[in-house]
Amino acid sequence: MALINTRISVPTQAQANTLVEIKTLVSHPMESGYRIDYMGEMIPRNILTRFTCEYLGQPVIEAEFGPGIAANPFMAFNLLATTTGELVFTWTDQHGEVSTETRTLLVVDP
Amino acid sequence: MRSHGLLLLAAVWLSASLSGHLGAAEPRSGYAFQSSDTQTLQDDDFQNPGMLWVDQGEVLFQTAAGGSGKACVDCHKDMQGVARSFPQRNPDTGQLMSLTQQIQHCRTTHQQATPIRYESTPALALSAYIGYQSTGLPFAPVPASLAIELERGEAYYYQRKGQLNLGCQHCHEDSVGEMLRGDKISQGHGNGYPIYRLEWQSAGSLHRRLRSCDIGVRAQPHQLGSQTYTEVELFLRQRAGSLPLEVPAVRR
Repeated sequence: MALINTRISVPTQAQANTLVEIKTLVSHPMESGYRIDYMGEMIPRNILTRFTCEYLGQPVIEAEFGPGIAANPFMAFNLLATTTGELVFTWTDQHGEVSTETRTLLVVDP
Repeated sequence: MRSHGLLLLAAVWLSASLSGHLGAAEPRSGYAFQSSDTQTLQDDDFQNPGMLWVDQGEVLFQTAAGGSGKACVDCHKDMQGVARSFPQRNPDTGQLMSLTQQIQHCRTTHQQATPIRYESTPALALSAYIGYQSTGLPFAPVPASLAIELERGEAYYYQRKGQLNLGCQHCHEDSVGEMLRGDKISQGHGNGYPIYRLEWQSAGSLHRRLRSCDIGVRAQPHQLGSQTYTEVELFLRQRAGSLPLEVPAVRR
């Protein structure tokens, strides 16, 4: 899969019951399949179709990507920090190949 | 009153001729001509898509390659401020080299590894990683030993070319701030390269930008990594004056 690299921003620690912002940026061409190359040939579609994030085994966000999404998709979303646990990020491409990253969200009591 | 006005005019003219023909204008980075959305994207090191190349460059910098079994980091410990003095003359070959050409040269001679293409991902990534370590610092002054190359670069800049018969100055000095289709015309400084360009959906080199401009005025473009473009790059370095580097910049 053409995920050259992923950048994930998770706060180093969060207070319990507060909203934290999670940001992800991945490198992917997101080739729409509608473009032609300089020889006049169609450039085949090559896109990510799905992004998910789970926190403590529960889905936080599920997003479906279409051919209109720009290259190197950036996602930002909030989640409610409850207890220390694992965040699992997955990106799925049109061929069903999955790329997974995990981060630990450290939650402290106020 | 009148003599004051004349004095002022003379001062403006003098400062203009000292700062490399920018007219009365102070050098302003292309950043100042972007929409606030694009500026926000550049300001945040996390959101800036150019950082994907910087990250990758950092990995490549530490990866051994070629017959020497050496990585860049085995010779180069501290790269802070290094990008400020490129293009420069390579002491081995005597040729003027941009940072990317120096990386290509190191790769084939010192690492004895397979060549990398000028606009390839590894070339852009390493250039972005090394450039990033000079962000916030101004270019180094061009030494007198590069006077001939500098002069040639300047001549190309002011040369009318293509079916539209335009030189670089017709847009980037005479029409700064005006609209060219959807784009605001900047002063055309090279202080953010490699940039992440939204239109390209990718990082790209200054040579790619120059090629696009040449194609835009319907002139015969030069090759990426050509001597001509490296000389223009050198002239742009001098022309940028005290403008700080901002690698990787984000442009529309």
